[in-house]
Amino acid sequence: MHSTTYGRGLRGLSIATAVTITVALVLVFFYAPLDASQGFVQKIFYVHVPLAIISLLGFIFGGLLAIGYLRTGDRSWDLRSYVAIHLGLIFGIAGLISGSIWAKASWGHWWVWNEPTLVSFLIVLLLFATYQPLRFSIEDPERQARYASVFAIVAGAFVPLNYLAVQLATAYVHPRVLTLSSANLPPSMGLTFAVSLLGFALLYVTMWKYEMAAKNARSQVRRLRRTLLGDEGIRPTGRSAAPS
Amino acid sequence: MRTALVVLRKDLRVESRTLETVPAMILLALITFVIFHFGLDRDTIGGQLAAGVLTATLLFAAMLGINRLFVAEREQGGFDAFLLAPVDRTALLIAKAAALFIYLIVLEIVAVPAFGLLLLGPSLGHALPGIVLILILANVGLSVIGTLVSAIAVHTRARDLIGPVIGLPLLLPALIATARGLGPLLRAGHAASAPPGRWLAILALYDLVFALIAYGVFDFLLED
Repeated sequence: MHSTTYGRGLRGLSIATAVTITVALVLVFFYAPLDASQGFVQKIFYVHVPLAIISLLGFIFGGLLAIGYLRTGDRSWDLRSYVAIHLGLIFGIAGLISGSIWAKASWGHWWVWNEPTLVSFLIVLLLFATYQPLRFSIEDPERQARYASVFAIVAGAFVPLNYLAVQLATAYVHPRVLTLSSANLPPSMGLTFAVSLLGFALLYVTMWKYEMAAKNARSQVRRLRRTLLGDEGIRPTGRSAAPS
Repeated sequence: MRTALVVLRKDLRVESRTLETVPAMILLALITFVIFHFGLDRDTIGGQLAAGVLTATLLFAAMLGINRLFVAEREQGGFDAFLLAPVDRTALLIAKAAALFIYLIVLEIVAVPAFGLLLLGPSLGHALPGIVLILILANVGLSVIGTLVSAIAVHTRARDLIGPVIGLPLLLPALIATARGLGPLLRAGHAASAPPGRWLAILALYDLVFALIAYGVFDFLLED
């Protein structure tokens, strides 16, 4: 296994992430104009939308990495896919909560069914929430990796299709003030949004690399202990949803 | 293709002799109609509400069939036998999806008229071709996803849980399209005679995409 590659460049990446997110927050609070109709609360948009976008991209990324596993049979691809989906879930839950807060503040309800982006996001999250239970209920690690990869590919393809279906199913009741096509965003808002999106993308990549490095280091330590101390030297791992 | 036909014929013969799955699916659908009658406290329903009730009922009945789909293979060692045979593995996907499709058709032949008698206010009458068209497209989606999910779930420990838990979110877009497509057809008074085109398009696209994906990944679920 390439144990060192995940740690390489991690320091620079971490610094870049911290700087970008700081700049994004500064822009959000001091540069971007107040939204005329929603006021200050609209600023959660700069956190919520990037979280949601990165989360969906993370799911698709996980599906692409899973193709790597099915093609090569190399378990490290499965580990990469697992970490990508696992982080996508964390970002997704954060995105859902921030979206709910935004809905409460601007529309007066915690949950709004006629906001197609919100609903389709919930469905995707519900689907990917079954990824870990699926892994957990398969004991054989090789089969766990294979089935989890199949699931990741199917679910990754599901993301755009589901989005399309829900978009069509929903009649727009609320005016679409902030669509993702930045055409109707004023340039200052667009810039702030772009920097924020970049910041969260960097955060995702940094966290992905950290988790990969940590998981690799742990398995390497186990391998070394086994070579040096024999099988008694290592504690048996419990059954786990994470690839070991 | 010949392998698929052989496996399909085997499945249909087993089903026709044991009568395990399809009667249970039909009974579940009928009981669900009764539950909806009391739950909604309505004698007749129509329009989008009727479409929702019909879609949910057919989905629950389909879930039963999906859960049972590979049970015989697992219990009797059919998987190993199939892997030992020098045949294309995708044949199993095609055969199982076709079997599920036929089960669903049989289910609907009974359940849809029963729905029309028991709950539906407006008569099925002239909307029937549209309903049949939507249900056929929906059945393709249910069979493909159902077979895929069932093949994943059958090798897990909590297989009865994992199947529905993965299957339901995966099926959601198809169910949305089915329910929304059926809605105008079941409306009282001026019911539409043809289903809205965009829902047919969504269903067809969904079927096509997942059929291709299932075809691509199914091999990996059988390797051992």
